[in-house]
Amino acid sequence: MDITADEARGRSRGVQETQSRWAGLGSVMQYVLLLLTALVFIVPLFWMATASLKGLQEIYTFPPVWVPTQPKWENYPKAWNAAPFTRFYINTLITTFFGVGLEIVNAALTAYALVFLRFPGKNLIFIVLLAALMIPVQVTILPNYLTIAALGWLNTYQGIILPGASVAFTAFLLRQHFLTLPTALLEAARLEGAGHLQLLWRIVLPLSRPVLVTGILISVVAKWNDFLWPLIVTNRLNMRVLPIGLSYLFDREGNNQWGIIMAATIFVVMPIVILFIWAQRHIISGLIAGATKG
Amino acid sequence: MSVTAKRTARNGKAGIGGKGRLHRDHLIFLAFVAPNFLLLGLFTYWPMVYQSYLSLTRWDLISPTKQFVGLENYVVLFGGQEFQRVLFNTFYFTGTVLLGSIVLGLGLAVLLNQRLRGRNIVRSVVFAPVILSGAAIGLVWAYIFDPTYGLMRVLLGAIGLSSPSWLTDTKWAMPAIIIVYLWKNLGYSAIVYLAGLQNIPQDLYEAARVDGATPWQSFRNVTLPQLSPTTFFIVVTTILGSFQAFDIIAVMTKGGPVNATTTMVWYLYEEGFVAFRAGRAAAAAMILFVLMLAVTLVQVRYLQRRVHYS
Repeated sequence: MDITADEARGRSRGVQETQSRWAGLGSVMQYVLLLLTALVFIVPLFWMATASLKGLQEIYTFPPVWVPTQPKWENYPKAWNAAPFTRFYINTLITTFFGVGLEIVNAALTAYALVFLRFPGKNLIFIVLLAALMIPVQVTILPNYLTIAALGWLNTYQGIILPGASVAFTAFLLRQHFLTLPTALLEAARLEGAGHLQLLWRIVLPLSRPVLVTGILISVVAKWNDFLWPLIVTNRLNMRVLPIGLSYLFDREGNNQWGIIMAATIFVVMPIVILFIWAQRHIISGLIAGATKG
Repeated sequence: MSVTAKRTARNGKAGIGGKGRLHRDHLIFLAFVAPNFLLLGLFTYWPMVYQSYLSLTRWDLISPTKQFVGLENYVVLFGGQEFQRVLFNTFYFTGTVLLGSIVLGLGLAVLLNQRLRGRNIVRSVVFAPVILSGAAIGLVWAYIFDPTYGLMRVLLGAIGLSSPSWLTDTKWAMPAIIIVYLWKNLGYSAIVYLAGLQNIPQDLYEAARVDGATPWQSFRNVTLPQLSPTTFFIVVTTILGSFQAFDIIAVMTKGGPVNATTTMVWYLYEEGFVAFRAGRAAAAAMILFVLMLAVTLVQVRYLQRRVHYS
């Protein structure tokens, strides 16, 4: 906060001769703060990356080694084999892919129906959809575990995927966007005999690309990182997903092979890091969508 | 967000097609929304009904019968020191995270809103942890907090302090969890505040300057009031988010040492899936739900008022 004040002070003294000195000092301060901020956020990630290449001697030494002298690339294959990470990766890819797919299909169909189809009491249905936002998954883990157990779906992909396959928020985002689309275009296609699925697929979705991409990205991030539900609904090692597999490597009692743990951490976060670098703007706009539209 | 939606609920489009298709339209509508609503019913609404019942029983998740005990679980929870500690931990965690998200988030947003070289890169770096796995970040920080070989010891050593055994000390485990949670999520409130700052009309600042306002006065009288909807949004989302915190705690401390970092979600997880006290876990979940519902309803009312007057 001080910074704006300082900077603005610098500006408002435009007529005074001290102006340049103040502005200079203010902006130096700002750069110092900017650098500090960058360090606070970069250093832990840098620490993770360099530690993934450290051997035991370089881990267990103080003061710590910042950059390993002989990078131990073998930490990566070691980490991969320290737990069945191939299996964890496959499991996470499957649950993420189908979880996201079902969520987006549900969101698109629901939003389309709510905007373009007639039904008595449509508003009530919309409210029922929104009310689901008030029930977070953490609150329902116990009864949902019982349901999945009763269905015989513990330690199965459908057990991990289906409870998270319904969607309220993305359906809401899509609905808001669909409302802005020109109906005339749809009417015309309708008169030429196109069915609703065709309208959705050929006209509505292509016109909603940015919202759709945002919804997909948010969903991918959430499913990839999901921890609590997969932890509860699986207990066999070969059905675990990446974040849980990762937690197996950490020994709270100490004597941790940090080099290997950090290497494992890196291949868990890497796909999301790449996604972020590639589609940063979409992800951010989606995550703050609720804020700016409120 | 929910109320914004309600606001527009009424102006949904009338639908496509003539009158003759009315009945078929209804069927198609049902077919389109059915999968989503079946899943919502089975995995979101029904669990709440069933859980209300479970919270009135004593059950170990295995035996064929559930013993009905009325409100006993609630009485035991609120009367016992253990759950009081859990509530205290939850509010300690949430309160500190909330304060940090607002003060540091706003500070960061103001800084990142200045015309500085490299600010876009810093924005990205600040935001990146928000979307990374909490389990992964928990592990990185467990290493940083290592009292003998960790980075934190270097930092504290530089200012002449010795490192506490962060994760195994009942006094320091919660601050450690809070630091990690804030580090991971600060980028979110910073970016939301940044969007809020950029939405403030520049002529308000011009007007304040013409009136001779000092920079501090224009911050107090223009920026802060203009940001109040943003702040409100951040308050609500931060409270709801931190009530739900799980993965960082699960990886770093497992609610310990003793109960030092046991918050509501960790508690209900342990009661249900480690101690097999389904009734107790269900009651804790209901309490958590009511707390979160209260926060959401405050938000709904606030947004309704705003819609009315603006």
